[in-house]
Amino acid sequence: MGIDKKIKAGDVRTASRLIRDIEDSIPEAKLTIKSIFPLTGKAQVVGITGSPGVGKSTLVDGLIEASRNKEKTVGVLAVDPTSPFTGGATLGDRIRMQRHSEDPGVFIRSLATRGSLGGLSKAVGDAIHVMDAMGKDIVFVETVGTGQQEVEIIHYAHTVLVVLVPGMGDEIQAIKAGIMEIADIFVVNKSHREGSSKLQRELMAMLDMSPLAPGDWRPPVITIGNSFKPDDFEKDVEKLSASILGHYEHLVRSNLIGDRLRRKTIHELNEALRSSILEPVLRVLVSTGELDRMVEKLLNKESDPCSLAEEIAEKYLQGCV
Amino acid sequence: MTERKLRVMVAKPGLDGHDRGARVLARCFRDAGYEVIYTGCHQTPAQIAASAIQEDVDVVGLSCLSGAHRYLFPQVVKLLQEKGAGDITVIGGGIIPEQDFQKLYDAGIKAIFVPGATLDSIVRWINTNVKPVERT
Repeated sequence: MGIDKKIKAGDVRTASRLIRDIEDSIPEAKLTIKSIFPLTGKAQVVGITGSPGVGKSTLVDGLIEASRNKEKTVGVLAVDPTSPFTGGATLGDRIRMQRHSEDPGVFIRSLATRGSLGGLSKAVGDAIHVMDAMGKDIVFVETVGTGQQEVEIIHYAHTVLVVLVPGMGDEIQAIKAGIMEIADIFVVNKSHREGSSKLQRELMAMLDMSPLAPGDWRPPVITIGNSFKPDDFEKDVEKLSASILGHYEHLVRSNLIGDRLRRKTIHELNEALRSSILEPVLRVLVSTGELDRMVEKLLNKESDPCSLAEEIAEKYLQGCV
Repeated sequence: MTERKLRVMVAKPGLDGHDRGARVLARCFRDAGYEVIYTGCHQTPAQIAASAIQEDVDVVGLSCLSGAHRYLFPQVVKLLQEKGAGDITVIGGGIIPEQDFQKLYDAGIKAIFVPGATLDSIVRWINTNVKPVERT
């Protein structure tokens, strides 16, 4: 059986290796991605983002359960940071999701950022395609613990959850640009803690200021209580899960899904262009030693990065510059 | 082209909550440049085998201080083999009496590290003995 058929049949071992090949930039992986591309576009992709320790992984664990109760199959891509010093990574998200590890309807895969700065890994777009082609109904993408502006998730997800906890700052944080603007759903997690109602009020006040036309989606603010009280937690997560499906229905009903897909497609094309145009040039520069010579020139102040880049562009991209 | 990055899983099978050693190892493997998947305590062999396959790891490092290694370690190897993932290297460590070593080697555990083993020696063993398998 070819790899694409195995992926379509949902073979986990093949899928996980394919994702690895994508991460490791193995050229054959691109061919497989091309061949499975027609199978993609069916899964609902849900992004979960927020600061480190706000409870993203535990929420994903709850959302897996809620999705399985609705008889949906689930893919999870959990991203954790790569060390800038050693290139190693500790991928510890799935530790919160281990009760689902034996469920054949759930496929959880951890990814390291490998230097990407937007809160995701470069491989995440293709990894979503792999899970989509396997026939997963819903794919949860958990970003690294984010700060204020790692917003790349909006290029991949149909629905973005921004997870907050009480006590992280005053109301000024709520009116800042960046991550606070990308939420389709706000989650106030650990809402049993002090400051929860204040945070909810601040979010509401912020949302009241956003211009909304009739029929627009106003991001709901959903509170989730103590995960150590499983019954209550499950009820709260069920509300969240319903809201996620509600958002998707809204996208479809209001035809906004077309805009999202266009945004996603433009981004994907941009990425593909970048890797098809830039990477071959970089490879040549590295293998010929040109890159090192350029670095030397810069260190000796004999040239500047802009001029060098323009020279390279002139040499390799005739007719464009 | 880019080099394959080694993926290593650190897992604690069975009823054993002593995870300091496993965490130290997870950190040490990270510093060695591996991508480390840490799955925490109280895992069944079936959970460990399923996770190892989902994560496409090259090595599973099992830590056990409870004395149940003679059942748990071979069980992980057996389940991996049953799922067509016998190429994943399984190593183990913890409180393991020397008289059990041979039984574990016979069951397919490739190396055993006990108290006193240096972090360096474990990383060196992996670097020497584990290469990512090419599959199609």
